[in-house]
Amino acid sequence: MRETMSAARGLGWVGAAALAALLLSPVISLGLSASEGGGELWPHLAAYVLPQAIRDTALLLAGVGLLVIGLGTGAAWLVSAFDFPGRRLLDAALLLPLAMPTYVVAYAYLDLMHPLGPLQTGLRGLLGLASPRDLPLPDLRSLPGCIGLLGFVLYPYVYLPTRALFLMRAGTLLEAARMLGAGPWRTFLRVALPLARPAVALGTGLALMEALNDVGAAEFLGVRTLTVQVYATWVNRSDLPGAAQIALVMLTCVVALVGLERLARGGRGYAGNARRDAASARRRLNGWRAGAALALGAAPVAFGFLLPAGHLAFEAWRRIGGHGLPDALASQTLNTILYASVATGVTVVIGLLVAATPYLLGARAGRMLIRAAGLGYAMPGTVLAVGLLGPLALLDSGLFEVGIATALVGLGTGGALVIAYALRFLTVTVGASEAGLARIPRAIPDAARVLGRSRLATLTTIQLPLAWPAVLSGALLAFVDIAKELPVTLLLRPLNVETLSTHLYGEAARGTYEDGAAAALLIVVIGLVPVTLLLRLDRDAVLRRGERL
Amino acid sequence: MFPRRPTVKAAPRAGADAPNAVSGLDVAKVTRRFGRTLALDDVSLSLGPGEILAVLGASGCGKSTLLRLIAGLDVADSGEIAVGDRRVAGRGCHEPPETRGVGLMFQDYALFPHLTVLANVRFGLAHLPGAEARRVAEERLAQVGLAHRADSYPGTLSGGEAQRVALARALAPRPRVLLLDEPFSNLDAGTREHVRADTLAVLRRDGIGAILVTHDSAEAIAFADRIALMHRGRVVQCDSPERLYDAPRSPFAARALGDIIEIPGQAVDGLVTTALGPLPRPASMPDGAVRVCLRPEAIRLGPVGEGVTATVLGRAFAGAHLRLDLVVAGRDAPLRLHVPPEAAPGDRVGIHLLPARAYIFAETPPGERISTI
Repeated sequence: MRETMSAARGLGWVGAAALAALLLSPVISLGLSASEGGGELWPHLAAYVLPQAIRDTALLLAGVGLLVIGLGTGAAWLVSAFDFPGRRLLDAALLLPLAMPTYVVAYAYLDLMHPLGPLQTGLRGLLGLASPRDLPLPDLRSLPGCIGLLGFVLYPYVYLPTRALFLMRAGTLLEAARMLGAGPWRTFLRVALPLARPAVALGTGLALMEALNDVGAAEFLGVRTLTVQVYATWVNRSDLPGAAQIALVMLTCVVALVGLERLARGGRGYAGNARRDAASARRRLNGWRAGAALALGAAPVAFGFLLPAGHLAFEAWRRIGGHGLPDALASQTLNTILYASVATGVTVVIGLLVAATPYLLGARAGRMLIRAAGLGYAMPGTVLAVGLLGPLALLDSGLFEVGIATALVGLGTGGALVIAYALRFLTVTVGASEAGLARIPRAIPDAARVLGRSRLATLTTIQLPLAWPAVLSGALLAFVDIAKELPVTLLLRPLNVETLSTHLYGEAARGTYEDGAAAALLIVVIGLVPVTLLLRLDRDAVLRRGERL
Repeated sequence: MFPRRPTVKAAPRAGADAPNAVSGLDVAKVTRRFGRTLALDDVSLSLGPGEILAVLGASGCGKSTLLRLIAGLDVADSGEIAVGDRRVAGRGCHEPPETRGVGLMFQDYALFPHLTVLANVRFGLAHLPGAEARRVAEERLAQVGLAHRADSYPGTLSGGEAQRVALARALAPRPRVLLLDEPFSNLDAGTREHVRADTLAVLRRDGIGAILVTHDSAEAIAFADRIALMHRGRVVQCDSPERLYDAPRSPFAARALGDIIEIPGQAVDGLVTTALGPLPRPASMPDGAVRVCLRPEAIRLGPVGEGVTATVLGRAFAGAHLRLDLVVAGRDAPLRLHVPPEAAPGDRVGIHLLPARAYIFAETPPGERISTI
């Protein structure tokens, strides 16, 4: 008696195949629509748009890469190798810029650094100057400005894994280096940095993906990167094949980035979950050295979070005090929450099913599906949106054909947006569910099978209840990511639907910064949720370590 | 050291006269590969109704893989498995674990942490109506003496209690065969002995056939009617504990159940000569080099003049025994024996060998594998 393909399992395979098709559809569709445009547009793009966009993007990525590596590893080393008053607080605070979407920071700084903004006005007041012309400061609206801005917001992607690696290894490492007579600098350069390479590579890869994805900051600062060009080519020039062609170039960049990241890791995995050893070997700093260390470590927090967030809070308070809450804010918040909730629900359910495929349909099918689920995140938002247009139109016409729908269900309503969100952030919920399921010892589901439960029944009665906390934290992360998302929302939202992020984008595009402060502040508050979650998890790890002692 | 002989082995050898005789199990020519490694190589085993078989081997010998295949948690590359008279795995056939009627007890018990003890035991009784399932579960729990922990969660149980809950849970659905994967290895030495005895008593009383996987030879001897000795994915010998101890078919099997002193020898005429003296030559043994495996009890010490003379090189106190290092002409390494405390360094003693506990094997040419049954 063969383990017959039960109806449920058959359905599972069909579902998995359909999902895989959906996950791959943006890439395929991109290729198709890019080839449609063909001859006429390509020469124009190749001559006038691409060279400059590629150069700017490459320079941006290189600059941001160097900056995040410097800031991230430096800060990680500072809190791992030294002890000084305020170190623990700094350790947590260094994660804060994670709460700032790049476009919000750009928005805040443009207002802050405006010739008539508080910074320059204050500076002139201090120096007794009357006119902005008397105090020519370098313009933030430039490639270096954009690099600095993104670097100070994105460095936590490097800081987080590098710090974890240092914490894990620093105790014995520092002791050994000290025993061999190496000072802190030598230890850092000769021992810590080479050791941290996989973590640094991983974090830099993530930070650069974010930089590549960014549409708001670059556009506000007048840097015409590939992402901005995809958006502009589509929205301003209504040239979809052209946008698809640029998107394909971006996809090549992503592939190159991933390849570089792998190369830099040198095939080594990043083992972030190993046990930590004691950090007793931290070098104690006193007096001015301690002050300098604290100031040095606090600088990224100040530039990446405190200054912009403080400014937004102040502006929002002033605005609300003067004019009350902006009228549209309530509906924008509601839209944001509504779309993010629905999309999170969809993403969590699909993510769970994907994470469960190794158990339901077998390891090989599971691995392939899980890998495919990461595709959406690898594609910058604009690329994903352009790639999804074809499949969504196909879906609409299909639904129309069979008479289910008479309007554009996908593109006309928020359906398109929900699908795009789900594809983009699927990897977040898949990852969380996968981790939750993997933490359950294999014998537990095996025991349920031997005691007479099918694979599906084992999943629902045993595995899911045990993996629930991980699934929930994944849902929370996905919700926050979706609520902050800009490029996809900008391109796929239904007509006249404004979310907090698109509203902010609109205000920035119009140059009416003060009107968006409240929305920006709300986004930052939403963004703080996963940061606190990260800190909580960290503390839990410390507690668990205490139990083991 | 003399092996502890199992003095009393709980009554029925086979389940013929047990209250409910349950069917046996047949494993025929099963092979399982993981990538390039051969985890199971043409393994065949059978289990009579109510019989208890121990699968003994070092970690990585394939014994856990064998259990997973029987349970249906893994699929063999070739071979067949039958539970009773029903084929459950083989060419084009793989019955899923949930319908095989095989119970499995895991090394770390695998109790469901989010369910109470009673709910754990009830878990395999989903086919019964609610009240009936509850009654059976409570009965099983009472049988292992844990009725009072019914509403506790597994996290609050001691190791011994968790093991007993796992046993109750595995037995509740009345499996046709119970598989036990090192179920006692996580218990401390004191608890282990009596939990093992309790488990054995339950199995015997209900006449349930069982396969116990273990790496502990004393446990296999104490628990099983027969022992299947495994080495690198193969069953090297499958016999009763007594026969496996007294008539090992290979040096490997000789080493598996107790201490062995190995010395080279020569088969000539009617004798096998060794540095420790002569032994009678087995009928089938050809001329030439042999390997002699001696149980420690095969070596008898006596006054000088009887047998081979040895000199005491050193002695060490080892509790009830004295550990002696003896030098014998023709043997490089000192001979290490545990004996009653009677000798001192410098003494000379006579050695003679008891043929009953000396096993003689033809020296295998290098590269030839250990023979299997």
